Amino acid sequence: MREMSVDHITSTVARLCKEANYFLGNDMLSALEKAVEVEESPTGRTILKQLQENAAIAAADQIPICQDTGLAVVFLELGQDVHLVGGELEAAVNEGVRQGYGEGYLRKSSCHPFTRKNIGDNTPAIIHCRIVPGDQLKITIAPKGGGSENMSKVVMLKPADGVAGIKKQVVEWVAQAGGNPCPPTIVGVGIGGTFERAALLAKESLLREVGSRNPDPELARLEEELLVEINKLGVGPQGLGGRVTSFAVHVKMLPCHIASLPLAINIQCHAARHKEAVL
Amino acid sequence: MEKVIRLQPPIDDEQVRLLKAGDRVLITGTIYTGRDAAHKRLVDLLDQGKELPIPIKGQIIYFVGPAPAKPGHAIGSAGPTTSYRMDPYSPRLLAEGLKGMIGKGGRSPEVKAAIQKYNGLYFAAVGGAGALLSQRIKKAEIVAYEDLGPEAIRRLEVEDFPVVVVNDIYGNDLYEQGVAAYRRD
Repeated sequence: MREMSVDHITSTVARLCKEANYFLGNDMLSALEKAVEVEESPTGRTILKQLQENAAIAAADQIPICQDTGLAVVFLELGQDVHLVGGELEAAVNEGVRQGYGEGYLRKSSCHPFTRKNIGDNTPAIIHCRIVPGDQLKITIAPKGGGSENMSKVVMLKPADGVAGIKKQVVEWVAQAGGNPCPPTIVGVGIGGTFERAALLAKESLLREVGSRNPDPELARLEEELLVEINKLGVGPQGLGGRVTSFAVHVKMLPCHIASLPLAINIQCHAARHKEAVL
Repeated sequence: MEKVIRLQPPIDDEQVRLLKAGDRVLITGTIYTGRDAAHKRLVDLLDQGKELPIPIKGQIIYFVGPAPAKPGHAIGSAGPTTSYRMDPYSPRLLAEGLKGMIGKGGRSPEVKAAIQKYNGLYFAAVGGAGALLSQRIKKAEIVAYEDLGPEAIRRLEVEDFPVVVVNDIYGNDLYEQGVAAYRRD
């Protein structure tokens, strides 16, 4: 059993909130570079270059890549041999979000659903916690903006719809979303499980490095086929037309009920932000 | 080199008539911010026959909720938010004399019709380029609805703020035209 102070969790969450919002990952910087090369639309290329410049300014000035610094989605993988001391886990994470968004000059976007009154400190964080073997805690912060989150959905397909039905849903959905989710995007696809598990699979798939290959050959092929179809749509950077509508499609899958074929699509804008730390 | 048109609000019908979808425009001068909650309040005021807290005739509203300004900066990151959420309110503001809107993403048929009817324009700025765009904003001041935080209405002083015309009074739509040009069946 290893003792871990929750204060350490708070300070780490605060730091990761800031870093995730200021510094675009190397995988995304590479994806942008590659996109500039393949994009045929002059407008599209101009936009992609502006996004490269934007990322450089954000990193240099330590200001957010995008003003929508999102709701703070926090993934925790807590080792079963960790004993947390000094307070409650969820309270510690929320305090970290409060501090990070405050000190980091990040936008506070959480509000009351009816009155729309701003909560003021961007809490509560959206916390997903798994208990895993070991005596460490892995914290991943993935700020998620509203524009791309709004272009997401869960649909309960019929088993008869099959892979063809899944592909049709995903491609049509990306076409319909158009410029709204700030393309080029990463399309997160969750297949199987239950209604809520499919949504979580789609979100988790967005954490995978862009440009990496799915370890499951069947899913790797599906991802490639979907990306080709999506990039034929012509949506392009910012929806103004072009070759690069999405940088990648990421699929996660689990077994499902014999009666069901749950499908979740979670779109991620080009400001694909996530940072992690292991305590 | 593509032609770039400069605009300084307030703008009139003649200036609107000269602009077409696809035109690159640099805006200098005063524009106002407004997004979901502020739009609702503005239209509620109009419904009650009350005066608006900002001038609207000939003006441009930028759909944005900026990040807080770091010390030494005029404003935090400030890129456009998705525009369709303002669709229920925009025709009403256009009828009151609003001339321009800056956002990202497509608009409803009702908004496009109102743009043609009332001589308006819809511009797109690059979504997710908030750090870059913030450098073109020289001054920001809250002028209404401070309680809304990031959604408060701000008066911005901008310099060469880059936008592209998406919807014009001739019924053109740059999103539809752009996608059609690159679609492969």
